[in-house]
Amino acid sequence: MTLHIVVTAKQVVDPETPTSAFLIENNKVTTSTSFAPVINGYDEQAVEAALRIKEALGDVVITVLSCGSSFALDVIKKPLAMGADNLILLQDNAFDNLIDPTLVIRALTSAIQKIGDVDLVISGRQASDWDNALVPMGIAELLDWPVATIARKIDVIGNTVKVERVLPDGYEIVETTLPAVITVSNELGSPRYPNMRGIMGARKIQPTIWEINDLGIEYQSTEIAMELISLEKPIKSIETELIQGEDEADAGRKLALRLREERII
Amino acid sequence: MTKALVIGEMLNGELGAATFEGIAAARILDCSNVAVMIAGASIELAAEQAIFAGADQVFTISQGPAADGEFDDLINASYKIAKEIEPEIIIGSKTIIGRDVMPRLAFRLGTILVPDCMSLERDAEQRIIVTRPTYGGNVNARIACVGQPVVISLRPKSIDAMGLDQSRSGAINEIEFTSNIRTRIIEKIEEKSEGISLQDAKTVVAGGRGLGGPEAFDSLQELAGILGGAVGASRAACDAGWVPSSFQVGLTGKTVSPDLYIAIGISGASQHMAGCSNAKTLVAINKDEGANIFKEARFGVKGDWEKVIPAFIEQLHELIN
Ligand SMILES: Cc1cc2nc3c(=O)[nH]c(=O)nc-3n(C[C@H](O)[C@H](O)[C@H](O)COP(=O)(O)OP(=O)(O)OC[C@H]3O[C@@H](n4cnc5c(N)ncnc54)[C@H](O)[C@@H]3O)c2cc1C
Ligand SMILES: Nc1ncnc2c1ncn2[C@@H]1O[C@H](COP(=O)(O)O)[C@@H](O)[C@H]1O
Repeated sequence: MTLHIVVTAKQVVDPETPTSAFLIENNKVTTSTSFAPVINGYDEQAVEAALRIKEALGDVVITVLSCGSSFALDVIKKPLAMGADNLILLQDNAFDNLIDPTLVIRALTSAIQKIGDVDLVISGRQASDWDNALVPMGIAELLDWPVATIARKIDVIGNTVKVERVLPDGYEIVETTLPAVITVSNELGSPRYPNMRGIMGARKIQPTIWEINDLGIEYQSTEIAMELISLEKPIKSIETELIQGEDEADAGRKLALRLREERII
Repeated sequence: MTKALVIGEMLNGELGAATFEGIAAARILDCSNVAVMIAGASIELAAEQAIFAGADQVFTISQGPAADGEFDDLINASYKIAKEIEPEIIIGSKTIIGRDVMPRLAFRLGTILVPDCMSLERDAEQRIIVTRPTYGGNVNARIACVGQPVVISLRPKSIDAMGLDQSRSGAINEIEFTSNIRTRIIEKIEEKSEGISLQDAKTVVAGGRGLGGPEAFDSLQELAGILGGAVGASRAACDAGWVPSSFQVGLTGKTVSPDLYIAIGISGASQHMAGCSNAKTLVAINKDEGANIFKEARFGVKGDWEKVIPAFIEQLHELIN
């Protein structure tokens, strides 16, 4: 029987953007247009995890699901170039600049129900914009599916999934049954680079687009639990003392002396 | 009267910092009744400690899967308590436990977690206002929590615990709830490094991609040995396989707050700084004068670590022996 995996993927501001290039305008975080958006890093790893399962089992279909108000198509199509089979975009202005992710969770959950035969949802452990780590948990609760988080390895054996979860000092093996939601962490390893064949193949695949009205969600804005008051760049007010020396080694020695002088060591 | 429920945690058989910080947060918000949930084997002493720390009521789970740390049952238990006592605010921590339990508890209660709060207060209308980092720490957001109940998780070590008051008293009750485990722990594999733990160390010597390979971490071990500290790393160094992932300091790694943090070959990305900016003194050694780490360091040396570190170690030997 075919195993159907949905990978959730979010388009985000590149987290490698230098701190100084983050701008706050009208209570919204932006960067200048010279910084292209990316797919959330952990979501690329979620795609990688799904592809590894496909390699192990063979009969696997991977659908990538993304929710947002607008997409850079060449960016959001990257999972297809890596080897995913389908791309569904939940695209609607209603998803623009939401602080409270409840609506996004409802939309993604409805889409998973609409797809119908989904066995496994793989998500990133958190999106690098708000670092919330909420959306996959919300999907799991709404679908009433079990969850395993912060995975570095996923093995599907029949109806069972075995997951290696990263712990602060080691890891643990947990087991659950399908259907389930799993979030992955960077310890899974680097996502593969798309090859030429993948890139050409992705060009031919048109994403399916669903608007909020296609999803049949009931949602009132009064359900919101978080209201944004303001966004601020943290103020750093430290004066740095650069230790000078005749050469680099001398500066190293002077650093030790200076730290002793200040009774830090 | 405002009621708070703190989802407490045990750590190595004792009441964990998350519990103390959660209780302190409830007190900052002027909650007049603070209930705490804790789970673990032999927790009588910890329950009493929670009362001394400011709890009015403690719910314990001393046996079964929740006491062994199974998330599903921690959620089932906390949901049951929340339904029973109807708190206005539920407070947890962004620890390994809280990351799983808090969001799912909130969803089950029909609301959503406000994660990773660093500070909290009430505004003129008595709404709970929190400040939390976003964009890896590049931007702070102030958020009014308007959910019912308000469910928040605290960033560890961002709220000071209160002192213990041995004269306080309160009720301690074991909770009954229906167990239902769907994701089961089969095996735990510990990979603890020897010596002082990274989180408790007074000095942390951390290395990044700039070290160029695993060998350099031998020098960092030597340095940590002289200073009586522990070795940490950036995610880049962990991802490269130079050190185990348990060395990672940062947003998704460990939060450390040592007296001295020495960052070597680390650029100082906001996600790394999220784990070490509480250090009393930060020292940076980096060959790029423009590296962000120099904007956050008290002392800096611009240079190649291969030249700076041996001389630094040599001088330390002279000073310390
Ligand atoms: C959601 C998310 C979560 C993250 N969580 C974490 C986290 O928990 N912890 C973490 O660390 N990162 C985390 N990151 C990654 C983070 O954004 C950075 O990519 C990472 O910290 C960079 O590591 P680095 O400083 O070692 O490497 P680089 O940024 O590559 O910096 C290397 C530095 O070494 C210097 N250097 C090079 N050669 C030498 C030399 N010979 N001598 C001296 N200096 C030299 C260079 O000048 C440079 O500044 C996260 C990222 C995201 C998106
Ligand atoms: N708008 C979105 N579209 C698709 N997936 C999302 C979206 N937001 C969050 N996710 C998924 O949920 C994970 C955690 O995101 P968050 O809860 O926002 O930190 C991400 O890594 C994605 O896999």
